[in-house]
Amino acid sequence: MKKLNKPCRISQLSDKIAKPLLFGMALTAFSITVLIAFFIFQQGLPVLGEYGIWNILTGKSWRPTEGIYGILPMIAGTFYVTFLALAIGVPFGLATAVFLAELATEKTARIIRPAIELLAGIPSVIYGLFGMVVINEAMRFIEREILAGVLPPEYRWGYSILSGGMVLAIMILPTIINISEDAIRAVPRSYKEGALALGSSHIQTILQVILPSAKSGIISAVILAMGRALGETMALIMVIGNVPMLPRHGILSLFAPAATLTGTIALEMGYAGPEHRAALFMIGVVLFCIIALLNSFAMAATRRGVGK
Amino acid sequence: MPEKNNKIITENLNFYYGKFQALKDINIKIGEKKVTAFIGPSGCGKSTFLRTLNRMNDLLGEVRIEGKVLIDDSDIYRSDVDVVTLRKKMGMVFQSPNPFPMSIFENVAYGPKIHGIKNKNTLQEIVEKSLKQAFLWDEVKDDLNKNALSLSGGQQQRLCIARVLAVEPEVLLMDEPTSALDPISTLRIEELIQDLKKEYTIVIVTHNMQQAARISDYTAFFLNGEMVEYDRTENIFTKPKDKRTEDYITGRFG
Ligand SMILES: Nc1ncnc2c1ncn2[C@@H]1O[C@H](COP(=O)(O)OP(=O)(O)OP(=O)(O)O)[C@@H](O)[C@H]1O
Ligand SMILES: [Mg+2]
Repeated sequence: MKKLNKPCRISQLSDKIAKPLLFGMALTAFSITVLIAFFIFQQGLPVLGEYGIWNILTGKSWRPTEGIYGILPMIAGTFYVTFLALAIGVPFGLATAVFLAELATEKTARIIRPAIELLAGIPSVIYGLFGMVVINEAMRFIEREILAGVLPPEYRWGYSILSGGMVLAIMILPTIINISEDAIRAVPRSYKEGALALGSSHIQTILQVILPSAKSGIISAVILAMGRALGETMALIMVIGNVPMLPRHGILSLFAPAATLTGTIALEMGYAGPEHRAALFMIGVVLFCIIALLNSFAMAATRRGVGK
Repeated sequence: MPEKNNKIITENLNFYYGKFQALKDINIKIGEKKVTAFIGPSGCGKSTFLRTLNRMNDLLGEVRIEGKVLIDDSDIYRSDVDVVTLRKKMGMVFQSPNPFPMSIFENVAYGPKIHGIKNKNTLQEIVEKSLKQAFLWDEVKDDLNKNALSLSGGQQQRLCIARVLAVEPEVLLMDEPTSALDPISTLRIEELIQDLKKEYTIVIVTHNMQQAARISDYTAFFLNGEMVEYDRTENIFTKPKDKRTEDYITGRFG
């Protein structure tokens, strides 16, 4: 009798404890988000107030020693590299995902997939090193030997938006490949059979039936990748040059050195005086808002995908 | 056997999934513009056979085929055959309705589009004609932009038939097209088949013996990968020659 009763009481008890415990943990996670937001805003908002949000967001120079805090160059730098990374990484990643899900033999996939998993696990500082010795060297060669005639002199060091975009493109590949491949594999086989039975070629089937059916998953992949790209700090610091200047040479600006929002915070926090420090927090506020905006887009996009 | 005009002929057809032989020495002649039904217990190879006729089995990895499949007297497994043309000619309707997750219009226009028709008006005409042929037009004409997945199962299956008709096939291969449908939808599809046989050669797999008796001109009975008996439908159902056929249609097994 006793033996029968005991586990029963334990399970009752554990139910009583487990629920509040789980709730408590969820609440903690929520509170931490709120706390982070609170402290960043608390530290950064005074500067925003003092210099005016518009002046800061559209200010073209960042000279903390002189009390000039325009972050437009960093916003531009961040968006340029992110956009480039997506422009390179999304087609590449999507093509790889299609290949793995639709075309590769099991044997080939077994070789490629672990390599992609590995790519996802490499620390970003290693990507930075790779960028410095491979991509930047190549860029420097191109800038000095091939495009020397057309590039302004300050664009000759290999540190550039394009280098940053390429390094980031590689870094977001695993995200895009893995999530898109899952989305493609989740497309019902019957769609594919239906299309082929109508006389579509395999490629037509992929482009016109499979990819559109996997759309919402692919959009999630792109948005997650964008989040990763926006937040990336270390690898970009090592390849982008960290020059907070607005590039202004049209398409040639691809070769311009630049700075990112995250990189500036990481590089300057160590030696910043009080106001400079507050200004760096203010960059944090801006980043926070950008990411929050992006997340709400992502949610809206996924919801629309589910509703369909 | 049946007519002067045979659309599909198979000669000593064997089919293997890996080591498993799913079809054994099938010899059949399927008449043009006739409805031919395949019946038989589950797993006897009806779908497999149907899918050898438009080479859908090519998609599977470890399969092997022996013997000949002649359509309009030419061997469809010869290496120079264009599978796309073949599949366009051999329209297939699947057991469960599988419209694409697009609008009704896009579903029907899909086939003509991939086969090169770009003109909007032409597409519009094809869509309307095909939907009318499939007796779906009246139900959907007011909202062709509606997502096809929001249609009922029976409507979806008629949409799939319209989608096939839009590419103007010569043969319709139907794999249990009514098994997922209610009696009323089933009846509509059966009427549709009666109507379509004026223009198309129809091969239909069915588990429903009454259905085979109602709609087909010829019936083939399959068992364990073999074609046990093939004859005019009334003969199969009234005076089967083979004991196994008789047992099956009288419900004594399977
Ligand atoms: N892709 C496959 N790989 C291996 N074996 C298969 C495959 N598809 C079918 N088979 C086998 O081949 C045999 C015939 O299958 P098939 O689907 O043609 O039967 P069926 O007569 O259509 O049955 P049902 O009436 O249940 O649809 C079965 O034994 C089945 O297990
Ligand atoms: Mg079947």
